[in-house]
Amino acid sequence: MLILDKLRLLGQVGLELLMSLGRSGLFLTQLLIRKPQFKRSFPLLIEQLYFIGVLSLVIIALSGLFIGMVVGLQGYNTLNGFGASEQLGQLVALSVVRELGPVVTALLFAGRAGSALTAEVGLMKSTEQLASMEMMGVDPLWRVIAPRFWGGFIAMPLLMVIFSAVAIWGGYLVGVVWLGVDGGTFWSAMQATVNFNDVVNGIIKSIVFGGVVTWIAVFQGYDTVPTAQGIGLATTRTVVYSSLAVLGLDFILTAVMMGGW
Amino acid sequence: MSERIIVIWVGLFMLFGILALLTLAFKVSGLSSAIGNDGYNLTAAFDNVGGLKVRSPVSLAGVHIGEVSAIKLDNVQFKAIVTLKIDPKYQQLPIDTSASILTQGLLGANYINLTPGFAHTVLKNGGIVQDTHPALILEDLIGQLIFSLKSPGGKK
Repeated sequence: MLILDKLRLLGQVGLELLMSLGRSGLFLTQLLIRKPQFKRSFPLLIEQLYFIGVLSLVIIALSGLFIGMVVGLQGYNTLNGFGASEQLGQLVALSVVRELGPVVTALLFAGRAGSALTAEVGLMKSTEQLASMEMMGVDPLWRVIAPRFWGGFIAMPLLMVIFSAVAIWGGYLVGVVWLGVDGGTFWSAMQATVNFNDVVNGIIKSIVFGGVVTWIAVFQGYDTVPTAQGIGLATTRTVVYSSLAVLGLDFILTAVMMGGW
Repeated sequence: MSERIIVIWVGLFMLFGILALLTLAFKVSGLSSAIGNDGYNLTAAFDNVGGLKVRSPVSLAGVHIGEVSAIKLDNVQFKAIVTLKIDPKYQQLPIDTSASILTQGLLGANYINLTPGFAHTVLKNGGIVQDTHPALILEDLIGQLIFSLKSPGGKK
């Protein structure tokens, strides 16, 4: 009978997992498929862009600067070992534009904005603000969730290009200004190897990450158990799930874009 | 925080994003070289430019004085016509200056080294560097070395 109990537990866990997956899918379709009301939604979207995008600018730019500087320093020391420090520009630019930019931005975004979204929406649910909106005939999906989702979706690619530009500037600062790599070669080696395709692929990645991270964040908030503990759990789950999703999707997207499949 | 300031900040955020995208497009991926047009141009014809690229540096006595702005093929002589953009500070190059394509380090990128001559007339804007030395191609050198090793009884 013990084995049957364990089996039952396993089945329950699996069913719950599938059910929450289904709920989140329904949630997303309800969010996306609706009559657009641009004029009324626009101020809400601007407000969310401010909270999600503008307030994340400082942490994104600072991390970009430091990551660019570290890649520049490490790359210089390694490349200098066999006299190829002129290739530093291409090393910094390729690693930032292809991988570090989209992934690190998405991870920071999940920690900075995703957790805040979940906590905000979760608290709204547990203090029954969402329910009272429904009582007043205002659709909480339209009023609360949709602006947050679209705000994150739009903010992420913008944050990513800012991150990449700052990181490459950080690499330039360390490589050219401090360590004395030739500036012209730094840019020319970079331009010779980085295609505009690489930039576009990075942007596609960050658009996907932006959608997935904000989807997870608002769903976890909307679906939270309405207690203080539930909100804490939901916030943790947001960060864990979105980090895992970003890293896993990054591998899949890279494999697809590099032409593996 | 009033509504107005929020909107302004979001506008600034969008602007930063677009600026960063333009930087990535033009400065990093080299969609087009959007660099200033000051400086004066010299051209030089090389038999072989090797790995020389647009924006490779031009130096004289080890000092960076300009960059390569264009590389074209001359259809008649089948030589590479390289346009050099030199900093206008260094306009006093003698007319018998020679240009050679060298490599930075063993595996590094190619650059052009100018060696000044002794003439009193100077190269003007659009002038042609007559004396050029093509890039050394490592494979050719190795080929020659192997060839000369294989026939030790050849001419001394």
